[in-house]
Amino acid sequence: MHGRPRKPSKPENAAASAAKAEKLCLLQSQFLSNHHNRIYTKEALEANAKLLEINPEYYTAWNFRKLAVQHYVSEAGSDPQAIKSVYDEELRVVEAALRQNFKSYGAWHHRKWVLSKGHSSLDQELRLLDKLQQLDSRNFLTWNYRRFLTELLNRSVEDELMHTEDMIGTNFSNYSAWHNRSMLLCKQLKAKDTGLKSKDILSKEYELVQNAIFTDPDDQSGWFYHLWLIDQTIKAKPPILTASWPSNGSELIISRKQCPGEHPLYEYQGLNIDLKEFPVILYFNQAVSGVSSSTVNVESFNIMWKPLSPCNSLGSEIWMAYLNLAGEDCHFEGPVSVELCIGQSQGILSSSGSPYSKPMHIAFTVTTEAIRLQDSGGHNPDMMSWEDPNFCADEVDPRVLNSDVPFIEEIKENKESTISEWQKDTICREIAGFRDLLSIKDYKIGKLTLARLLMADDALSYPYGNVSVHSCEVLELLKDLTKSDPTHSRYYEDHISLVLLQQLTSSEEMLRRHLFCFKGANSLSVHKPLCLRLNNLSLTCLGSFNKLLGVQMLDLSNNELQSIEGLEAMQLLSCLNLSKNKLGSFTALEPLRHLSSLKALNVSDNEIGSHSIDTRRYLFSSPLSHNESVKWDPNLVPSDAANPTNYWEAIMLFKALKLTQLDIIGNEVVDDRFSSFLVKIMPSLVFLDGQKLV
Amino acid sequence: MADLPPYPPIDPTTFDLIIVGTGLSQSILGAAAASAGKSVLHLDPNPFYGSHSSSIPPTGFSSFLCPPELSTGDRLLTHRSVYSDVDIVPEACPEDSRKFILDVSGPRVLFCADKAIEIILRSGVNQYLEFKAIDELLIWDEGKLESVPDTRSKIFKDKKMRLQEKNLLMTFFKLVQQHAQEEKKISNDDLQRPFVDFLTESRLPERIKKIILYAIAMVDYDQDEKKFCKHILSTKDGIERLVLYNSSVSRFSNAPGAMIYPIYGQGELPQAFCRRAAVKGCIHVLRMPIIDLHVDESGQYRGVKLASDQDIYSDRLVLDPSYKIPSDMKKSNPRDSLSDHPENPNLTDSYTKVARAVCITGTSLRPDVSNVLVIFPPQSLFPQQATAVRALQIGGNMAICPPGMFVLYLSALCSEAVQGKESLQEAINALVNLGSDNTETSGSISDSTSDAKNAGARPVIWKAFYVQELVEGHYDAICSAPTPDGRLDYDNVILATIQLFENLYPEEKFFPETPAEDSDEDADANVNLEPES
Repeated sequence: MHGRPRKPSKPENAAASAAKAEKLCLLQSQFLSNHHNRIYTKEALEANAKLLEINPEYYTAWNFRKLAVQHYVSEAGSDPQAIKSVYDEELRVVEAALRQNFKSYGAWHHRKWVLSKGHSSLDQELRLLDKLQQLDSRNFLTWNYRRFLTELLNRSVEDELMHTEDMIGTNFSNYSAWHNRSMLLCKQLKAKDTGLKSKDILSKEYELVQNAIFTDPDDQSGWFYHLWLIDQTIKAKPPILTASWPSNGSELIISRKQCPGEHPLYEYQGLNIDLKEFPVILYFNQAVSGVSSSTVNVESFNIMWKPLSPCNSLGSEIWMAYLNLAGEDCHFEGPVSVELCIGQSQGILSSSGSPYSKPMHIAFTVTTEAIRLQDSGGHNPDMMSWEDPNFCADEVDPRVLNSDVPFIEEIKENKESTISEWQKDTICREIAGFRDLLSIKDYKIGKLTLARLLMADDALSYPYGNVSVHSCEVLELLKDLTKSDPTHSRYYEDHISLVLLQQLTSSEEMLRRHLFCFKGANSLSVHKPLCLRLNNLSLTCLGSFNKLLGVQMLDLSNNELQSIEGLEAMQLLSCLNLSKNKLGSFTALEPLRHLSSLKALNVSDNEIGSHSIDTRRYLFSSPLSHNESVKWDPNLVPSDAANPTNYWEAIMLFKALKLTQLDIIGNEVVDDRFSSFLVKIMPSLVFLDGQKLV
Repeated sequence: MADLPPYPPIDPTTFDLIIVGTGLSQSILGAAAASAGKSVLHLDPNPFYGSHSSSIPPTGFSSFLCPPELSTGDRLLTHRSVYSDVDIVPEACPEDSRKFILDVSGPRVLFCADKAIEIILRSGVNQYLEFKAIDELLIWDEGKLESVPDTRSKIFKDKKMRLQEKNLLMTFFKLVQQHAQEEKKISNDDLQRPFVDFLTESRLPERIKKIILYAIAMVDYDQDEKKFCKHILSTKDGIERLVLYNSSVSRFSNAPGAMIYPIYGQGELPQAFCRRAAVKGCIHVLRMPIIDLHVDESGQYRGVKLASDQDIYSDRLVLDPSYKIPSDMKKSNPRDSLSDHPENPNLTDSYTKVARAVCITGTSLRPDVSNVLVIFPPQSLFPQQATAVRALQIGGNMAICPPGMFVLYLSALCSEAVQGKESLQEAINALVNLGSDNTETSGSISDSTSDAKNAGARPVIWKAFYVQELVEGHYDAICSAPTPDGRLDYDNVILATIQLFENLYPEEKFFPETPAEDSDEDADANVNLEPES
């Protein structure tokens, strides 16, 4: 069970175990021949039962029994007594097998199979379970079976809650019991889907789990359950829209550059924009599903909403659609007004099932201003350089980013409706409780929980992220933890990055310090591109994208980034500097695949190719998966490449982009051959590592 | 005892050791000596085993506690009355009184990891005994019975403690456990200091301190009263007691708590040891008082004269504490008594008596369980209450009384009988009136004599009060066994017995560890525990 060291087998037992093995081999071969010849005689079944008693993990043997049962049941015809006795025998065999090893998956599965046929009495089952749970109160197989059985018995949630309370009372270091409780409560919470009821249910749970946590803060199970409770408390809120691009009421001005006799070029804020795929982005405070042309309606545009998160089974926080502003001839005169109606009809749901309940309009206009150019220089882009002198901080208005909170007025008006008192009270009470606990002793997980609670408090009070009251304290706590718990410092550093970014983006004032005017390229443009420079901040991960949806130029160099998860939200991104970070592979750059407007990318001086183990692979699209649209010629990869995965990952990544400029020098993966390979797969590339390609 | 049936003479007439009285100490000693190959004659004037550790029906109480005066004339042997202030109400015993078996030295329990269990297992006596768990441990706190948060899960479930208190208490328990696992978490300086001060420094609130001191460490004396330093428990001893308690909890799978009680009463223990002794060749003769000692010219002990007029000779003699050792036989010996024993501070001050009470009631203190221990810390009942009162309720499932009936044992150390009786009476009143607080709680305290007539929530059907002298063991040419002490467990009795044995037979081992019969590691934990029905 738990905490009992396994004893090494003694040499004198070797003979016994050899004899046992011989017996097992004999039974096994006997069984296999029976199985093969479909012999379901009584003797065959008995031999099989013996085999399973010795080795309950033998799935084939269980399957044989299932076949035999089917055989006998069909023979028994409609005699219920005979059928019952066939199934009862199965229950007996399973019980004998469980006595041998009550962690046997095969045996439990067989029992479920037998019971689901509905011919057996269930009276004994709970008693058997109680016995097994006494032997090992945490074994999850028994708990799984219990859930199966209570469903079958139609036992009330209340009865089962009592049972878990008893189990927790005997020993609260039993995460299986806490987990079962959370499963039961989920049912209850769903059944009574009103704020008041969930308040009653959850506050009782807080009391219970606090008793466990305070009694023994070194035990993890209580903390895990508490984390789940916080999540339930916050999630009980219906989802809201926290940001959009373009924001409500914005008037976007598109510059149309036209050289005589050529197609016009469109620019937004000094950078190219594709009017055939003009992005519209919606950002919710939690993952939602059901965003579609019927729930989010855009008048006179035919659009498709798609989620922007890599695994979108549970919905996504970010949804986007492309508007085709330019006609068939790529010509746009403007002005045009666009109006989005969100949530007019039901259908947008959070992952916990709360519906989006605040119908809302977002209206913006797009107009053009024409710029007449003397020569046709606009067609050949200049190489852009991220050097400091190219940026200046003068006269930058952050609102140009359209990154301000879109609905400030509404927040003020509807304060009561957005924050429910009990949620706020609960979080405040928990904060006070854990301050008390920490005043007794510094518990690491207590500090982390306090930090999480403080963040949750900010998120609840200011869902638009425009204020963060606790960020300084949270940073303090997390920095302490990084020092006192170096094993998990990565985790804390990630949180520090998120809080830091939230702080930086919480007000225009703060944001302005990081906004610069870029004067390096396209000196002919009327508008200087704006660059958000978040360099040298020791960031390990990214967040607060809802404030940054309109960013076109982003400098993240000189950080500690190992991941850029979430960056796909910045659909307008055209120039990105990721140099001098800790990105370890092409798979870590997966979010870039969704940035169709990205033109200039700098990933120089990272660690691509330095790590033999790729921890990000699971996030990356695989060429082996069927839903990949990228096709390539396998001959592109040199047959004698030392590490061909690098090549095909590079193809997956760069084929999806239309880069004109790439800086990749200073990574392990790069050599001459790789460079020429990159040139081959990216026909649009003009500059590679500072060199103009010929 | 004149009309005793004529006994056949005892043969042989010479033994290595004669023991008089079958109290627990003597019985263990007899079994140990017989196991060491000594020839032992074990005598008891009573018709039953156990002497001061016996369990007898209520009908026998009066005659046992007030034995008829025996005129010993000018013989060497004189009697000492162990019991005084006996008060039995009503004198008529309850119906079915034969179905009751009452402990004379109650309240007593065994901790699952204490010295008594160790000896029981080591001597093999466990095969004659069966135990059951004490279901609940309660403390009297401001007029209410509160559950004692003695384990992790009890702390978790406790409704009275604040969250921070739970944390402090559990942290303290963990410190004790870590210290026990030789991590020396507590400094030597701290270990020498009073435990109560150490608890205060651990930031434990008053209520929790009381619980630890009186309900877990089972201290008798008021630890805030520092006049007598012998009464003050040192941190070292306090930690030891907590460690013992902790290792007792859940040692045996059927006993979730720390304490167990022998089915058929505490009197089973001396009987079991006597059986063990008999297996090893000890001869037991009941109903056989000794009436005189044989002494040679030099004043050296030679033998005893039995009531049957037979003379029996032995090298050594161990007397029951109800005999006084003749004064001229006492030879000064620097280590002749237990008084120097640091473990046994009880016997050296003015608290030389223990007041005991046995009550029979028809209702349980707790509706759902029958075997309950209640602790009344000093001053919890009334301001002058100097020592802790312990009350143990045992129900019919221990086979000591008919089902549906309950026996309540109480005891308190005292210097004077009046003082002890007052403590016990207050405790009985408190328990009897429990739950009937809507009548008049204050009245019951002041009117302490009325309870016999007054029907509280739990009428007492039968009650015996008595005060027992605390007599220490004595080692010399003639030894004397100690009386039962005022503690809840048998630790001091066993220590004294071991000391007695070592004085008698310094070259012998006290129940030598028998070579392991089976290699199973759990074999040592084979105490018979009846599962809860």
